[in-house]
Amino acid sequence: MAMTLEVNGKSIAIAADPDTPLLWVLRDEVGLTGPKFGCGIGQCGACTVLVDGSPIRSCSMPISGLAGMKISTIESLGGNHALQLAWVKNDVPQCGYCQSGQLMSAAALLAAKPKPTDADIDAAMDGNICRCGTYQRIRSAIKEAAGMPAAAKV
Amino acid sequence: MNAPVKPQDLKSGATRRELVVGATLVGGALLVGCGPGDILSIGAKKDFGAFGPFIKIAADGAVTVISKHIEFGQGNHAGLAAIVAEELDADWSKVKVEQAAAIANVYANTGMGVQGTGGSSAINNSWTQLRTAGAGARAMFVDAAAAKWSVPAAEISVKDSVVSHTKSGKSAGFGDLLADAAKIVPVKTPALKDPKTFTLIGTDRVRRKDSQAKSDGTARFTQDVHLPNMVVAMVAHAPRFGAKVTSFDATEAKKVAGVVEVYQIPTGVAVVADNTYAAKKGREALKVVWDETKAETRGTDKLQTDYTDWANGKGTLPEKIKWQSFEAKGDATKPTEGQVFEATYDFPFLAHATMEPMNCVAEISGGKAKLTFGSQIPTVDQLNTAKIVGMLPGAVEIETLFAGGSFGRRANFQSDYVTECVHIAKKVGKGRPVKLVWTREDDMTAGYFRPLTHHRVKIVTDKDGYPTSWTHKVVTQSLMKGSPIPSKGIDASTVEGAMGSPYLKATPVVDGQVLMPELGVPVLWWRSVGATHTAFVMEHTIDQLARKAGKDPVAYRLAMYEKAGATRHAAVLKLVAEKAGWTNPAPAGWSRGVAVHESFGSVVAQVAEVKLMDGVPKVGKVYTAVDCGIAIAPDQIAAQMEGGVCYGLSAALFGKVTLKDGAVEQTNFDGYRVLRNSEAPTVETYILPSGDPPTGVGEPGVPPIGPAVANAILAMNGQATNSLPFVRS
Repeated sequence: MAMTLEVNGKSIAIAADPDTPLLWVLRDEVGLTGPKFGCGIGQCGACTVLVDGSPIRSCSMPISGLAGMKISTIESLGGNHALQLAWVKNDVPQCGYCQSGQLMSAAALLAAKPKPTDADIDAAMDGNICRCGTYQRIRSAIKEAAGMPAAAKV
Repeated sequence: MNAPVKPQDLKSGATRRELVVGATLVGGALLVGCGPGDILSIGAKKDFGAFGPFIKIAADGAVTVISKHIEFGQGNHAGLAAIVAEELDADWSKVKVEQAAAIANVYANTGMGVQGTGGSSAINNSWTQLRTAGAGARAMFVDAAAAKWSVPAAEISVKDSVVSHTKSGKSAGFGDLLADAAKIVPVKTPALKDPKTFTLIGTDRVRRKDSQAKSDGTARFTQDVHLPNMVVAMVAHAPRFGAKVTSFDATEAKKVAGVVEVYQIPTGVAVVADNTYAAKKGREALKVVWDETKAETRGTDKLQTDYTDWANGKGTLPEKIKWQSFEAKGDATKPTEGQVFEATYDFPFLAHATMEPMNCVAEISGGKAKLTFGSQIPTVDQLNTAKIVGMLPGAVEIETLFAGGSFGRRANFQSDYVTECVHIAKKVGKGRPVKLVWTREDDMTAGYFRPLTHHRVKIVTDKDGYPTSWTHKVVTQSLMKGSPIPSKGIDASTVEGAMGSPYLKATPVVDGQVLMPELGVPVLWWRSVGATHTAFVMEHTIDQLARKAGKDPVAYRLAMYEKAGATRHAAVLKLVAEKAGWTNPAPAGWSRGVAVHESFGSVVAQVAEVKLMDGVPKVGKVYTAVDCGIAIAPDQIAAQMEGGVCYGLSAALFGKVTLKDGAVEQTNFDGYRVLRNSEAPTVETYILPSGDPPTGVGEPGVPPIGPAVANAILAMNGQATNSLPFVRS
């Protein structure tokens, strides 16, 4: 039953059942607490991680299909990623619970589109709920990290 | 110096929450049979060090400020630390913040009488306390340096944690002087700075101290607690409020790998497992039979019909439930000449829907109770825990973590999810840590909603269109009903914002009444409390009256504020009108609406630019002006205005919890729609300069946005909005 997952560049033997959602394997077995539990049905984005560079909602992704794929969590950004610097500079977080997921969605966005338009940001970030309402700072910080003027959207 | 909290302390000038929280304190104390002050000091660690309970200074001179208030987004840790750093003249870049332990006789909210955060009061109640703490510590360093250098204390200055004497050229850091300063006896009333000389407070240098941890995944929330030997619990909850367990069959649940044990507890059946997913699967395999004979089975349609009838003088009022007056002057029964305006407004139940579903970690063994979670009112959580485990409240240890939002949800007199966790931990026993995890479904269906509310207004206006008579009826559940002493008179939280409104002050004849029916649905404060509905009614009604009178909504309001002496309302309204360019036409394709509301001591005015896209309101820009007294952390005030607008707009556009035969129909974010990034407006915040003591910003940004949007739609097409949310799915 045991399988191996590649998480943040390391191969890790996993004992959990194959139907276990990735989120609970990351949190309870691998011990990574950056990805958060919010809804369990892929609606809020707090659990967002990257699988081969694409953002996925780990709360509703069983590990069975992830063998051989590269899984990256917020911990892989290192703390000094351009997005994280912009997040801190803009004091984006409030309660902070959603921000790991927000940052992973934003990281995938910038990797695919280094100079995103407002429409690109809408499409990439609408899957991540923030109940504190940090949305406009998230938008500004993404633009700042992309080296774009952080002008308000129109 | 830190006197125990005594019941008599709670009497003078007590606010609504103060009284009720105080009553909880007394009630809990009575249960275990001795005075509350004594109980709460038992188990409290008293060795705070030389600089008292709010300041720690390390050997290298680094300053740590102890926050008695929980941080769940409001930014209060930044503001509280800045108050200390300002008076202490500490190097702000190196200041750290730590969360206080639960010790009510030291860390009580000076406005509540118990340790707790709420009512947008963190900065306000700490203002003098922390200035004094900072100034006292500064004086100790100055006196220590004066003695060491044999120079007059008056010639010594402090900047960025460095103490200097210019004439002699001597200087030393806090670290160098620490041992000497610690020996100085602190003065009780140190001289505070003249606010004009502040160098940190009110500047953009006051930034959050937790942004890095909250951007790299290291910030620690309850969900992240992992202790040796810990088990995870999920609870099968009743499908309807008030239902009880008849029986359960755990055979299949116990077959799930990782499930440790299954227990019946007062709120349902708990599945305890080695990990979260096993607990979830175990719960799914559990079979529970519920006794619903005492359950609430009414649906929201029925409730709404009843509320409407009662406000309209129809139907039969429930037994023992009576109309109560919240504001009365003149004789409203006397016929008045003039035009009559009548309207009704309906507001749904709302869930707080914090990002982090409710959760708690408890370790219970004989003589020990430790809770680790985001505790909003630790004293109440201690009292409720103490009742279950048979200990003195002060001996219940609480480590308060960051919480993923609250918006009122965690300030709960029943400590609902906390006591649930304590019951399970007691069953598990031996001090084994239990982490209770609620799923989103548990969180959404547990209740503690903003109450379903109905308003009915009848207003007579004079020849100029201003009210001469205002009749106002409100039907809503009391938030105090579940408290240890339910309020016998008016529960102000049901009508605040209508009660005390400048528009009622400016109206000669007023008859305001509230009816508070009892339901099985638990209700609770929801960010900005009564103002979540009263602000909408008052501000949208005023706009309709202004338009009927053919007057500009800003000018109409200013005339009423003049009559009411509401100078702060007038000042923020003028400021926001200027910033939004109110006298110029709105940007092409957009309509503009304004609203002003005072809550928690702060007054906020907002202008929203709105257009309809396929009938759905799209809010582009929101101009906000706020009078919150002296601004401690301007960027965090702006952040709270941005967040308040989003929280209020989310509810106004989409928020609605409905009950079908008593069962909650919205169980997750698929059914309970919330605002997303592309729907968020851009908020510009302007702070009114003020020399008054600081007031709150966590809640006051919420109330005006709903009516501002409704008023923009009214300006666009003449359509009034008589029920929320705007968007019906």
